Formats: sequence, structure tokens, C-alpha cells
Amino acid sequence: MRPFVYEQPNDISAAVAIASRFTTDDEQPTRANAQFIAGGTNLADYMKLGVAVPNRLLDLNRLEEPALRQIRVSDDGIRFGALVRMGEAADHAEVKRRCPVIADSLRLAASGQIRNMASLAGNILQRTRCEYFRETSWPCNKRVPGSGCAAMEGFNRQHAVLGASDACIATYHGDFAQALIALDAVVRAEGSRGARKVPFARLHRLPRDTPHIETDLAADEIITAIEVPAVAWARRSRYLKIRDRESYAFALASAAVALDLDGDSVREARIALGGVATVPWRARAAEAALQDKKLDEASADAAAQAAFADAESRQHNAFKVELGKRTLVRALLETRDMKV
Amino acid sequence: MLKNPASSATGLSRRSFMTGTVSAAAAAPLLASAAKAEEAAAVHSRLREAVAVSLRINGQPYALSLDTRTSLLDALRDHVGLTGTKKGCDHGQCGACTVLVDGKRVLSCLSFAVMNQGSEVTTVEGLASSDGKLHPMQQAFIDHDAFQCGYCTPGQIMSAIGCINEGHANSEDDIREFMSGNICRCAAYPNIVAAIVQARDQTRGT
Repeated sequence: MRPFVYEQPNDISAAVAIASRFTTDDEQPTRANAQFIAGGTNLADYMKLGVAVPNRLLDLNRLEEPALRQIRVSDDGIRFGALVRMGEAADHAEVKRRCPVIADSLRLAASGQIRNMASLAGNILQRTRCEYFRETSWPCNKRVPGSGCAAMEGFNRQHAVLGASDACIATYHGDFAQALIALDAVVRAEGSRGARKVPFARLHRLPRDTPHIETDLAADEIITAIEVPAVAWARRSRYLKIRDRESYAFALASAAVALDLDGDSVREARIALGGVATVPWRARAAEAALQDKKLDEASADAAAQAAFADAESRQHNAFKVELGKRTLVRALLETRDMKV
Repeated sequence: MLKNPASSATGLSRRSFMTGTVSAAAAAPLLASAAKAEEAAAVHSRLREAVAVSLRINGQPYALSLDTRTSLLDALRDHVGLTGTKKGCDHGQCGACTVLVDGKRVLSCLSFAVMNQGSEVTTVEGLASSDGKLHPMQQAFIDHDAFQCGYCTPGQIMSAIGCINEGHANSEDDIREFMSGNICRCAAYPNIVAAIVQARDQTRGT
């Protein structure tokens, strides 16, 4: 691991000031001079591998603002402080009751130890586990812009079938993000140019020809909170995750579903897909396909066909198209049948 | 194939794009590059400096002088001499390095020691009482033959204690799910589950 200077800013503005002083936005994020750390479960791993090479590490765990560590539930929705740990949010009684899809997505992610360490903001900013991104001897446009992509013709079983480009097919592996994008969450961020709100759907960037730029955040911006607006029907929501083993693995395919039903018919459906796309993936075509329809196996299947209509697979990941469709069908029917 | 994003068609840097005024947009890179030059010199002189890290480990205070890169795991094993905590994968995938920090189970391999300043760390060496009586979880692992090679065992035991404290050991299914971060390559899993059930029932009443 490359040596680094360690700093513990006391509050958000101090952290932003240091980051602003030592970073520029045209730096590649993994090579940024100064980088933030919270739980460290993703960054420490990537520093050991030589993928992330900060020479200044800004520890956010001592920031004094209490709201960073709080979950606030109100009539407006749920506000998660950025430093709340995954395990705490997964176990929170009101989160489980009001937004089961959020609690499920967190509980089914990582392991008990990692959920105790990892912050919510760090979780949504986690980097892909693409094997060719992780191992620095391979070409990777995300790690070394312009170097090529070894996954295209390599072992790409884990890779994305939606949202890929000629430069990158790395999967976004997070689970929580699928619940957030389905429920129209908003992220609050603070940087040297002030505070702003970013709709969750605009936080992550498609790889296109710049896969090394993964989010809309400036180098000195810190996520301070994640806000989920209140909609009563979020109680009819769930997260289904299909893996190679039953626990402690990334999704091969997953679906976050929330349904507003009028009897059997769909007033509104919210659908996001994980394990199959390069970014958190809202399946709007599938949502539209269900609008005002009776939700049954046939309409769920039609929605799944719409969700994967633009899928593009490679040598080893073609199975994800069929698996993704079946995952969504099962998630829709199970969500329909929830007792709320 | 790929251009430098700063010179591509979309290529205002994200900072300058959002800065909103021309003068600030032009000035920001200059300030940043001056800071970077200063940074290079300043960082170089500080990089190899050891940092002071104070921890309480199994109730005892320790004042350590560490390279910032030292993981909590390496601090425990190589600097304090507590080798009960094991290094398996060193990448957060196996759970062998599990310890309690302020009562919560964490992976010591993915935590920089310096980030644990002032924390209370409990390792497997801190479980037995001073008269040598084993912690109920240690005894349960013996009673149920819950290991073969034993390499994952300290991590399993620490994780199991954390799992019960979190309230996630209510059923055998719960135990299997919430202990999934601890891999046992000897596959002693059925006996590990049985041991946790025994220790849970013994420690809950107390």
C-alpha cells in the first residue's frame, strides 16, 4: 500500500476545506490526492490492492454534526444521516415497517461485520468488484482511462447486461441503491460550492466513454444525508436478491419493487434492478408496462420483457437476462401478495 | 480511445462546470495546482512519520506508534503480540480477523488502526476470566466440537458473541444468515450453529 497522511477533520466544513485544497475535479477519483474514508470496507480493500492510491486520507468518523449519525422519521419521510451504519438502518423498526425494501436491501448485503462498519453514504458510493478493475495488471478503462477493457473478451459472468458501453461493462454491485432509486430518494451533499440536493437517479453516471467518472459528486463534496420521501404504499415493497450462494455474496440479479395497488390493479409500480446493470437501474419501461394493469403472472412477465428489452450480453453473462426477468416476475408477485 | 475528460467535448471539469462564474472557474485549477505542489513537498516529509495510537485492548491501555497503513489486525498481531486474532484473506471476505470494537463485531483487516483511536477492542484473548474459566462461547465450541483445524475459530467466536448481542441469533436460520461473514473451510458449520445456540441460551439468562 502507498503511504498516506491521515487527518481527522472535526466538522463537515473542515473536511470540505481540506479536500478542496488538495483535490481537483479532473483527477481520476481512485487516484485523487485526498480521499474520504468512513467505514473503509471498500476503500481499505482497494488501497491494499493498489487500485485506490490517496496520499491523504480524510477520516469522516469524527465529524461532530449529530445529524450525520441519526435516522429521523417524520411525515415527510425518512432521513438517513450519511454516517449511519448499514446494520443500524437494517434493524431500525420504523424503516422495516415503512420501507421494507430498504431494510431488506441492507440486511441482504455484505455480512454482519461489514454492516457494522460500512456507512450508508459509503455503501451507495461503493466501487465495482469487476475482477479486472480489482487486479492492477489488467487493462481497465475505469482504473486507467484509455487502457482498454479486459472484461469484454474475458471472464465476464458477473458483468452487466444493461447500461454498458464499449469502454466498460462493470456491474454496480450495491443493493441499497436499488431501493433508493425505486423510491425516488434524494441525496444531500456539501462541497466548497455549498450544499445541494441530488436526485438519487442522477447521482451515478453511466460509463459511456468515461467509466472512471462514476458519480456526479465533485472531488470535495461529501454526502451528508439520504432522504426518502414518504409514500404510504412504500409499505408494500420488497427486495429480492439472487446469488451464487445463499448469503454474503453479490447479486447475480436482484429486484427492488414497490407497488401502489387498487385491488388487483396497479396504480403505480416502482422497479429497480441490481446485479445486471452498470449503475443503480430504474426500470421505467417495466413500470409503464404495469400501469393500470391487473398484476398477474402474464403482466409481470410482460413487464420483465420490457425491463430487459435493451439488454446486451456477452460470452459468459447471457444467463443474467433470463435470470433477471424471472427475478423481477417473482419479486412483483411476492410484493403483490404482501400483507400490509 | 478515451480522452482526458478535462479536454473532451463535455470537458469542462466538473468543478468548473458547477462553479458558475468564469473568474472562479479559471482560478480554481490554479489554486489547486499550487496546493498540489505544496502538497507534494509537505506530504513527502510526513508520509513516513509514525502516528501515536491509543487503544484499550481487553481492558488494558496501549500506546502504540504506528505507520498509518497499519491495519487494526496487524497492530494486534505484530505490534501488541496478540496473535489469537487470525489473518485469513486480509480483504474482508473470510471473517477470521473478527474482533469487537466498542462491543460491535468488525473486521480488523479492513480497519486502519489509527481510525480506532480511543476505542475498546476485545479479542479472543480477552474472553476468559482471570481464573482461566472459559467464556461460555469458547466452552460451547469445545462442547460441540465446532472446529477442526481451528484457524477460523477465534473469528467465529468473536462474531458469534457479536451476533447474539445484536439480537440476531433467535433461530438456527438466523444464526446461519447472520454468521455468513465467517467462512469455515473445514465446514464445521452444523456444530458451530449448535455451539452458538448453547452459548446463547446460557448467556441470555445472565
